[in-house]
Amino acid sequence: MFKKEIPPAPKSKLKSSVQRGIRQSILETYPLLARHIEEIIPKKASLEQMKLPDRAALYILDGEPLFWEHDDFEPLLPHLKLVHRFPEAFPSIRIDRGAIRFVLSGATLMAPGLTSPGGRLPAPRDVPEGGEGADEEGRWSRELKKGEPVVVMAEGKVEACAVGVLVEGTAEIKEKGKGPVMEECHYLGDGLWMLSTD
Amino acid sequence: MMAETQRQEIVTEPQSRRVTYCGVCSLPPEYCEYGGTVKKCQDWLQKNEPALYDTIWSPEALEAATASLSVEAQKRAAKDAQKKAAKAQAAEAKQADKLANSHIVIKRIERNKKKFVTAVIGLEAFGLELKKVAKDLGKKFATGSSVTKTPSGGEEIVVQGDVSDEIEEFLLEKYKEIPEDNIELVDDKKKKKAAAAAAGAAG
Ligand SMILES: [Zn+2]
Repeated sequence: MFKKEIPPAPKSKLKSSVQRGIRQSILETYPLLARHIEEIIPKKASLEQMKLPDRAALYILDGEPLFWEHDDFEPLLPHLKLVHRFPEAFPSIRIDRGAIRFVLSGATLMAPGLTSPGGRLPAPRDVPEGGEGADEEGRWSRELKKGEPVVVMAEGKVEACAVGVLVEGTAEIKEKGKGPVMEECHYLGDGLWMLSTD
Repeated sequence: MMAETQRQEIVTEPQSRRVTYCGVCSLPPEYCEYGGTVKKCQDWLQKNEPALYDTIWSPEALEAATASLSVEAQKRAAKDAQKKAAKAQAAEAKQADKLANSHIVIKRIERNKKKFVTAVIGLEAFGLELKKVAKDLGKKFATGSSVTKTPSGGEEIVVQGDVSDEIEEFLLEKYKEIPEDNIELVDDKKKKKAAAAAAGAAG
């Protein structure tokens, strides 16, 4: 998605009605963020927008990048710096160590990087309302659907390395064990990561 | 007492985590190995975050990290790292070369009698954002300062007043990557004459 360097563009303040809409859609897409939302976008804060190439846009608060969106993608996706701040609030999968360098060079994430011993896919289990999350092994508590936003963790690492939308549900990934999992994503060191938002 | 502390722990909401990012390549330091500046990254981390350095680069940590990769994958990773390092080195050399050949001109321009403006030209070659620097200069000298287009299609900063020396000092102090030799101070008093001569020659 952001393989190329992104030229910094001017930021513009958002109308409060637009800001409310963004806050609402963040809460709808990421219900686990509800208890952090006041910290992420305080009601009185004024959110800014930076236009990115290819009709994408980044939302920024006080110089901190929060979410980005692309016209073609339905959900707002978190900037990795936000994921690092609240990692437990985003559904995640885990790639094995060998796949890390491919993902960090912008390659399509493929199923074998997740189905190998070092990878992690969800292990559905009963959880109390609002108790969705990853177990100690890093397995999410429910299968994730095609089109859902997902954070990519990595074997042996603490921090997430990528975020994007699944092009295949996690149940199908387990079943087939091959094929692309995530085509366009935001990863550590890409143009979005390197973009200055001060 | 005990019960109270416990209750407090329960009601405290988890807060935003603060993650340290590498001062060289900007990634979380555990990912520095995938960039082309590993050696520099390591030096930075050892100096700034020694504890984190140990957890990532200690022999035990490294052994655990490679144990899960097949010999084949380790070889590929090593080759990949070598390539990246060579690429980063070449890019660095190119950038150093570019900087050595880039000049900033601070020009005093007489607008009309005893009224001067100071133009700063060439900052973008050093990766500086003109708008931001213009704002900083305006604040620093409490004067008007803005980015204007030049006839040649580029951009320069124009600061109200005769502040050439002060600007030079400010730039050298704030942006250590600019060598003093690459800043040139010029006086544009004779601009009109030169412009007239040029116009004459053209006509
Ligand atoms: Zn680094």
